[in-house]
Amino acid sequence: MTPASVYGEFANDRFVRMLADQTQQLQAQVGDAFARAAPLCIVGGGTKTFLGRSTKGEPLDITTHRGIVHYQPTELVITARAGTPLSEIEAVLDEHQQILAFEPPHFGGGATLGGTIACGLSGPRRAYAGAARDFVLGTTLINGRGEVLHFGGEVMKNVAGYDVSRLMSGAMGTLGVMLEVSLKVLPRPSHELTLAQVSTATAAIAQMNQWAGRPLPVSATCFVDGVLYVRLSGAASAVASAHRQLGGEIVDDAADFWARVREQRHRFFAEATVLWRVSVPPATPSLALAGDCLLEWGAALRWLNTAADAATVRKLAEQAGGHASVWRGDASNEPFHPLSPALLVVQQRVKQAFDPKGIFNRGRMYAEL
Amino acid sequence: MSLFEQPMVENAGSADKDALLAALRALLPNEAVLWEEEDLRPYECDGLSAYRRLPWLVVLPSTIEQVQAVMRLCHDRHVPVVARGAGTGLSGGALPHEHGVLLSLAKFNSILAIDVMNRTARVQPGVRNLAISQAVAPHGLYYAPDPSSQIACTIGGNVAENSGGVHCLKYGLTVHNVLKLKILTAEGELLTLGSEALDAPGYDLLALFHGSEGMLGVIIEVTVKLLPLPERAQVVLAAFDDVVKAGAAVGEIIAAGIIPAGLEMMDRLAIKAAEDFVHAGYPLDAEAILLCEVDGTNEEVSEHILRIHDILQSCGAVEVRTARDEHERMMLWKGRKAAFPAVGRLAPDYYCMDGTIPRRHLPAVLQRIGELSREYALPVANVFHAGDGNLHPLILYDANQPGELKRTEEFGGKILELCVAVGGTITGEHGVGMEKIDQMCVQFAPAELQQFHALKAAFDPAGLLNPGKAVPTLRRCAEFGAMHVHRGQLPFPELERF
Ligand SMILES: Cc1cc2nc3c(=O)[nH]c(=O)nc-3n(C[C@H](O)[C@H](O)[C@H](O)COP(=O)(O)OP(=O)(O)OC[C@H]3O[C@@H](n4cnc5c(N)ncnc54)[C@H](O)[C@@H]3O)c2cc1C
Repeated sequence: MTPASVYGEFANDRFVRMLADQTQQLQAQVGDAFARAAPLCIVGGGTKTFLGRSTKGEPLDITTHRGIVHYQPTELVITARAGTPLSEIEAVLDEHQQILAFEPPHFGGGATLGGTIACGLSGPRRAYAGAARDFVLGTTLINGRGEVLHFGGEVMKNVAGYDVSRLMSGAMGTLGVMLEVSLKVLPRPSHELTLAQVSTATAAIAQMNQWAGRPLPVSATCFVDGVLYVRLSGAASAVASAHRQLGGEIVDDAADFWARVREQRHRFFAEATVLWRVSVPPATPSLALAGDCLLEWGAALRWLNTAADAATVRKLAEQAGGHASVWRGDASNEPFHPLSPALLVVQQRVKQAFDPKGIFNRGRMYAEL
Repeated sequence: MSLFEQPMVENAGSADKDALLAALRALLPNEAVLWEEEDLRPYECDGLSAYRRLPWLVVLPSTIEQVQAVMRLCHDRHVPVVARGAGTGLSGGALPHEHGVLLSLAKFNSILAIDVMNRTARVQPGVRNLAISQAVAPHGLYYAPDPSSQIACTIGGNVAENSGGVHCLKYGLTVHNVLKLKILTAEGELLTLGSEALDAPGYDLLALFHGSEGMLGVIIEVTVKLLPLPERAQVVLAAFDDVVKAGAAVGEIIAAGIIPAGLEMMDRLAIKAAEDFVHAGYPLDAEAILLCEVDGTNEEVSEHILRIHDILQSCGAVEVRTARDEHERMMLWKGRKAAFPAVGRLAPDYYCMDGTIPRRHLPAVLQRIGELSREYALPVANVFHAGDGNLHPLILYDANQPGELKRTEEFGGKILELCVAVGGTITGEHGVGMEKIDQMCVQFAPAELQQFHALKAAFDPAGLLNPGKAVPTLRRCAEFGAMHVHRGQLPFPELERF
């Protein structure tokens, strides 16, 4: 029996009881922290600790809260507990020729589903298939009062109540402890091909945007080291015809290349001393900053290895209509782009609504949240 | 449910109407404030005309500053505000408040900018859905979500309801196709949510605003994502002698790894109604038809059409037909898009339901709806977004027959509860509004509803935006819920029984 059917609709009584026990334990720990107003630090696989600000608190370990709860390939939905290793989910989907279309980075062996969604991380397919939040259909969470709540569900369309599930994506655990997440999954494209051509950053930006404006089966783009890479995905005939139109050299170890970009194991990332993540409208011209760059997501995502001061980088990003985060290498600056005062106030109120005593991952994203 | 149970904002109605009118007239041009009953009448309902109520006043501002001034004034005087787009909503979301201001966004109907290189359009909230695709077509681009009401409904209303369309199986809902919003809070504060990049710092309030039904803020500008027009789109019609077979075919297509651009189903009564109305060329002897559209590159479409033909045939379709040309394709879709008004011709009134279920339960749910239809002695025509399990049973009734509306509402409520029971939801795309407020008590536990209220208060502490809609009070649920059991527990044990 595959894991899908073991954990499927016929989940046995013992499994169901075990689920309930663990939920109660976590709930009790949160309830206790709420009573004492004691901060908690939600811990998954620990692969993304480098991201954002640090937080102090009693650890709340969710890694034992694991397992796939439901998986019905023809419904295109998987529900798993937050502590489930991402690799386990991907392996089960792979058996059924399906994928997480947002192609999340793991950043280490222990990456969990909960941590991935909490950080809202997406990989190379982002610009063409959607972000992590786009695939979130439902979630079960513990709020800051220690209540177990269920939002959304396992269906594709659901507008009953506010979309709390998507709000959890990218909130870095500051609004609640995710217990379970339901995600939309997609069929794995039957064919993929990666092409490479020599280019400059300016030409690559223009090229990526021209491609995106045409009906081509592009599923990823990257510019690094003077080479523009493009991945085509879909029916064999569609990939072949796009190949003829686009030209370029076929990349042999393509899966490995995209994995290195996604996991930031590519030389570019290894060499970056201060790594900036700059998110801009895709057709924005090259930013006037010294240093090396790697472009992804049709040029909407720009990784910069630059010694420029934070104020300059942020101002340029903002002028272009985007924002800039210090990904790593410079602890002296706030990692995430500052929010406007009006927006910060609303975000603080949202935080309050879920976590009135501020016990979850205090200050992990912004000092005020 | 009865309209008159709607909880009122505390103190609402205590404001002085004449003074409010005078103050509004000082802020807005003469013709932008309506107060005479005959002028208010067109605003008394949205697309769910069974619920009607006259607003106190209607305002039609045309600049952000004017809306801001109205919001501030209403906030200071504690007057409820209900935003309205085109009023095509089907859940009473834009139903006016009798002691409130109805804020029409109709004058915000300009496309502000089209950015071809970045493939975005920045538009005002009152722009019609279809107008966006029309404006950008010369650039080979379009805006993907296409509700059947797209000729009339506004983009602001689409965001507020997170509307879907026949193409959302592949291209997503409104939330997947909007990059940035400008909103005004209840206090009149202007905020930008999202960005023209692919993400924005902080909490994803952009996602939260989708489907928020005018409860969290007034949407005042929308930047949408545009897609390149597909090289080719092709639709296949399959007829079945059994609804269950048609349902199974949907699962088989998806299991084959194909995500069609659209996958719609209609049952016998809906087929007949649509055929009589627009002569789409549907087979009248079928129990169900599937419309399956694939789009993409020329080669990809050809490849998929062949495979879909085979799948449909092996699923027992009695007829499988590919539209010969663009005209036939448009006709096949026209029948589907006109299904609601077509069914509307079969009876004096119809009531459109909107539950979503996991697709595998389709046969059982259809069977139960059939049984309920006989029990309540009310015919039902079924139209589905089959690909994503979103059902639109249309109940036919006559509001002039005493008791028939009440029976219809009860029947509808039963269908929604059935959707929840099989793991689905009471609303896939039309929203809760006023209509499904009681069924919210079935779908959500008290703590979940409280969380919604807390979230609402984060944006609108005084509760002035669209009061009484979308999220029921616990008291209301206690009254309604006495007969219901939520996930095996006694409902609302902490509340006093009435
Ligand atoms: C024949 C027919 C077919 C339909 N087909 C579909 C379909 O295929 N898919 C689908 O999803 N829906 C469909 N609908 C429902 C409806 O068209 C959608 O819900 C649509 O998005 C409503 O837009 P509107 O401009 O008419 O909004 P309205 O009805 O005016 O308002 C809807 C809600 O949004 C709020 N609102 C409106 N504008 C704003 C704003 N600027 N800021 C804040 N809140 C606002 C209102 O307060 C209200 O709660 C259909 C309706 C009809 C009549």
